[in-house]
Amino acid sequence: MNHGTDTWDWGAVADFMPHFWDGVLVTLQALVLGSLIAFSLGLVWALAFRAPTRFIRWPVGLITEFIRNTPLLVQLFFLFFVLPEWNIQFSAETTGTLAIGLHYSTYTAQVYRAGIEAVPVGQWEAAKALSLSYPRTWTAVILPQAIRRVVPALGNYVIAMLKDTPLLSGIGVLELLQRSRLEAAQTFQYTEALTVVGVAFILIAYPSSLLLRALERRLVR
Amino acid sequence: MTAGLWEHWVLPGIWITVQLTVYSAALATAVAFGIGMARTHRSRAVRFFAAFYTEVFRGVSALILMFWIFFVLPQLAGWALVPMWAAVLALGLSYGAYGAEIVRGALNAVAPAQREAGVALSFTPWQRMRLVLLPQAVPEMIPSFCNLLVELLKGTALVSLLGIGDVSFAAYLVRLATTESAQIYSITLVIYFVLAFLLTRGMKLLERRAKAGIGQFPEPRQGLGPWLRFRQPSAKSSELSTAGVTATSSAAGSAGATGVTGGGAAR
Repeated sequence: MNHGTDTWDWGAVADFMPHFWDGVLVTLQALVLGSLIAFSLGLVWALAFRAPTRFIRWPVGLITEFIRNTPLLVQLFFLFFVLPEWNIQFSAETTGTLAIGLHYSTYTAQVYRAGIEAVPVGQWEAAKALSLSYPRTWTAVILPQAIRRVVPALGNYVIAMLKDTPLLSGIGVLELLQRSRLEAAQTFQYTEALTVVGVAFILIAYPSSLLLRALERRLVR
Repeated sequence: MTAGLWEHWVLPGIWITVQLTVYSAALATAVAFGIGMARTHRSRAVRFFAAFYTEVFRGVSALILMFWIFFVLPQLAGWALVPMWAAVLALGLSYGAYGAEIVRGALNAVAPAQREAGVALSFTPWQRMRLVLLPQAVPEMIPSFCNLLVELLKGTALVSLLGIGDVSFAAYLVRLATTESAQIYSITLVIYFVLAFLLTRGMKLLERRAKAGIGQFPEPRQGLGPWLRFRQPSAKSSELSTAGVTATSSAAGSAGATGVTGGGAAR
């Protein structure tokens, strides 16, 4: 094995592959769970934006603006170092997933909000005319129409979250970047491991974006 | 936290974060305009290269790009960049790719008749771009660029993982020294929030001036509410399309298509 020369070594790529697939698994796990948190919490924020009292609307607005305008990495460290001080013990994976979900919930909240605002006023009036209850208006009339419109936009944020999963390496989660760093630290071959991971991201992100575009054409008429 | 910690770590850290933001924003702006204009070029090859650039740099994570430039480029090319400039290069190239989509969307949103008028006056393509299209497109870009700038500011925190002494790295050191995690990380988050707020206010001023420059009415000054608002509703569309790697036909086009936004660039 040649150590850290400027030639490409396929042997190093082959050595890295088993770790690569383990990393893919951890990355995807964080991505899926993070997305679920972001989607559900974002909806909660979005409904809170429309709360009847300003005592809910304003604090929620301030909190989401704050989360949205500060770096995910620092939030990640905040959760990772501060939660144990408050006697809340999570693994690094869980903390990372929570941080990603929380951060992106403030983005999806804006998406939901825009989707809800795009539902024609007539739909609200129709629900009222049918004397539907308030919860039923939301669940049966407004949300089904709003969410259908925002699926492509939500998909954009899933891709954005995918590209932020490498940050979890900062707290030692064994996702793709961390695996490649460990591999490189052992063999001194940064080129192969890091390039494989970089190319993998492009290979996942580009087809996903094509898929989203197709979805957008189908869902939004 | 004692005064010494502030003086030696946190304040220099803030200064490095500010420098990183300014340099990367400058590089990202240059890349965004270069690639964005190239995407409207007549030549198919130029358009293809520009599209390829955008897809690659939006597809790969900024942190991985940073590591790649920092660790791999020296091995492949035989020369290394100072850590600071490696970080600026990674941030500028990556956020420039997002900016290129904003530039392209705004250029496409200029009324086609304006382009045709330029042709009728037998302007060269470059004159058309410089005298007709850009002056009208730039004010439309500013709200989206404002959001991107905040994303870039947040992105500078990544450099702390390379050991560059920005404010995130200072927070890490202070935490090691004092073990007061909650305090130091809360302060750090507030510092980023204040920086983001200042950036947003600056961009808002810029937008007013740019709109006045092409004879559009700037939005009237209102009470405290809008003043405190970070992101502008008109920028929602581009925010959606810059977040992911989707190459929607244009920022304005996708806004109209999804119907989730009020106006988008084609207000």
